[in-house]
Amino acid sequence: MARLPFYIIVGVLLVAGIALSVHRHVQFEVPWTPGEQRQVWEIESLITFSAQGNPVVVDMALPSHQRGFRILTENTASSGYGLSFLEDERGRRAQWSIRQASGSQQLYYSAQLLETPPGSRQQQSQPPPLPRDIVWERPFDTAASQVIERAYQRSADPFTFTRELVRDFTGNRQGENIRLLLTQFDRTPLLVRLLNEAGVQAREVSGLLLEDGRRRQSLTSWLQVFNQQGEWVLFDPRTGEQGRPENLLLWEDRGQAVLEVQGGVNSNVTFSMIQHNQPAAAAVRNQLADDTLLNFSIHSLPLEEQALFQTILLIPIGALVVVFLRVLVGIKTSGTFMPVLIALAFIQTSLATGLIGFLLVVSVGLVIRSYLSHLNLLLVARVSAVIITVIAIISIFSVLSYRFGLNAGLTITFFPMIILAWTIERMSILWEEEGPKQVIIQGGGSLLTAVLAYLAMNNPWVRHITFNFLGVQMILMACILLLGNYTGYRLLELRRFKPVTEDS
Amino acid sequence: MMGSWTTPGKLRAKGIVGMNRRNIRYIGRYNNRRLYPLVDDKLKTKLLAHEYGITTPDLIGTVTTQFGVKHVTQLVDGLPGFVIKPAKGSGGKGILVIERVEDDVYIKPSGARLNRDDLERHVSNILSGLYSLGGAADVAMIETLITFDETFAEYTYEGVPDIRVIIFKGYPVMAMMRLSTAASDGKANLHQGAVGVGIDIATGTAIRGVQFDRPRTDHPDTGHELASLRIPDWETLLTLAAGCYEMTGLGYLGTDMVLDRQHGPMLLELNARPGLAIQMANGEGLRRRLDLIERQPDGVDVARRIAFSQKHFARKGELQQATDTAIA
Repeated sequence: MARLPFYIIVGVLLVAGIALSVHRHVQFEVPWTPGEQRQVWEIESLITFSAQGNPVVVDMALPSHQRGFRILTENTASSGYGLSFLEDERGRRAQWSIRQASGSQQLYYSAQLLETPPGSRQQQSQPPPLPRDIVWERPFDTAASQVIERAYQRSADPFTFTRELVRDFTGNRQGENIRLLLTQFDRTPLLVRLLNEAGVQAREVSGLLLEDGRRRQSLTSWLQVFNQQGEWVLFDPRTGEQGRPENLLLWEDRGQAVLEVQGGVNSNVTFSMIQHNQPAAAAVRNQLADDTLLNFSIHSLPLEEQALFQTILLIPIGALVVVFLRVLVGIKTSGTFMPVLIALAFIQTSLATGLIGFLLVVSVGLVIRSYLSHLNLLLVARVSAVIITVIAIISIFSVLSYRFGLNAGLTITFFPMIILAWTIERMSILWEEEGPKQVIIQGGGSLLTAVLAYLAMNNPWVRHITFNFLGVQMILMACILLLGNYTGYRLLELRRFKPVTEDS
Repeated sequence: MMGSWTTPGKLRAKGIVGMNRRNIRYIGRYNNRRLYPLVDDKLKTKLLAHEYGITTPDLIGTVTTQFGVKHVTQLVDGLPGFVIKPAKGSGGKGILVIERVEDDVYIKPSGARLNRDDLERHVSNILSGLYSLGGAADVAMIETLITFDETFAEYTYEGVPDIRVIIFKGYPVMAMMRLSTAASDGKANLHQGAVGVGIDIATGTAIRGVQFDRPRTDHPDTGHELASLRIPDWETLLTLAAGCYEMTGLGYLGTDMVLDRQHGPMLLELNARPGLAIQMANGEGLRRRLDLIERQPDGVDVARRIAFSQKHFARKGELQQATDTAIA
């Protein structure tokens, strides 16, 4: 059938629209409803060191998007320092530099992190290469091989091996081999070394345990252990506990140093953090704009244009309401999309003020227009005269309402004046030709449509969805196409054709 | 409240065609938009009809420029009556009927008296596009007044009764006569209160009458019963109407015909988007008839098409049945 391409287009639009929306929801944690609260962490890190009057380079690891957390904004404060953000095989890092500095120095880095529902998907991470030769001095080599052998016997795979290994380090079970090794090495690097010796890819990473209101916290080190398939698991090197705590933010996950300072001594980094709730929509707005095609989002525009688009993206909703009311219900309106424009004006004026203003302007306009029709003017001139009349009416109402202290009256200027003029012109002709009844029917139909369109467009949920999910526009398009293909009866036709079904 | 509503199932059983179906299935499919100007511009229709030998009311003249507005009275000088209409008007808008002229006073059928200025203003409004679709500049046509057949005098109030025949792929599908009333201000528009009388395609006799969508057996103003309504020269009228298919190429067409006392059936205007009220007047939906015609082959000549319609769409009027039982 010739309608096949039509249904394919509709299907493609629907699938693409839904896929884009779901992608935005899943990938960028844009919530479906505007009221949802999201937890946002404000984390501030303070780097202190003493400079010695020489050039200084400070290099610090930065957290990146990860499971459970999403970086919204980041800021730095560092007077006099040059700053650049680097992203290379060492991960994301910030580099401060200055030609000359002396005395105590303080650098600040702060980030806002959105707490996101932990997805099931594990983050991909490149396992570190195994070091070629691990050299143990005597007598540590024997101790190490015995420790490894002991854990190896009691384990089946890299993860259980790690667990057994760490368990041997803790509490009463700490054997003399381990005590010997610990005289030479720190615990976590030693564990990594032992794991590598046993052929297990592992590294030490640094994380921050988030607790509301804590200050002067420091990073803790964790073991990241990979299996042959490249999956990884975090182990607490202190207890051997497997798995990542919910409130752990991985600050550095490449096995690199967290902080490197050249030209300074006594460097230290401490963290303070605070948690607060924020409406999800606001959290979305704060997201850093990653400019990819799939993240094609209005949020990358300047704020002023965003506000404009917030309105523009609502127009399809209004159009859908009009199509619905005309095709499925059969309401007559004066001018097809005039109700949408009136509804847009209602959004600015609020409904009651808008309705009163609209009725006032149109009824006064109709009175004046009826006089104009006696002047025997050409159409264009007459409509222009009506436009000027509308402007005059609006000005007078604005001034009057201001005098009487009704500030709401001032919003009347949001009405599209040319549309109002044409409405008056059409209504006036309708009145002359078909009588006041048709004016009431069509005018009432237009107003009803405008009010319904307004209610749809002003709904906070609709505003949230249209603004945050551009895919919804495709779904709307598909709906409108489908409605345009509807050959069934209109609701009001069930009433109109009723007499035919009555007899015989 | 429930009493004034019906169900889609009942409408479907009656074969009623709704607005959406009409627009998509019939107008959208059978009426090529390229051909619309032929019917939307009455001047073009008239010239084309002349070419195809379809009778239309005589054209007295046209006014195409605002400058020409001043000459309107010269054009109509000496005529007993005339009609001014916009070439691109729709739904009967902007049609001014002058029945009599008395010392530069122009009298409408309602008795309203217009002077020269009123006339010129009306023409000027037409030219500036007040009545045309989308407000496009227009042309005013001046035609002779139709002196309608005496037999209809009792069935109408002020206006000229016209006959709407729906032509689908050249086959007459359904017909109705529209009788103007006081309520419709002499206009033959059903939604303004004109009486619609369904006409049997086979015989040209009345089937059923409606006003404001409710059944009616007599004319509200003259009180004359509608059952005896019979259109003379019915075959000629159908032939003219069906011929409009070849003339325009439009598959789904509303033809508005009138009966002139001297010239017989005439084409008044064509409509590429004919309304659905004809179903009310006939008490029957269009659907079954349209479906039947859709199954017919193309390229059948006018006479055979009419014979086909007369054979398949014959109906015995409810009005006659009512009178029959009254007599018995």
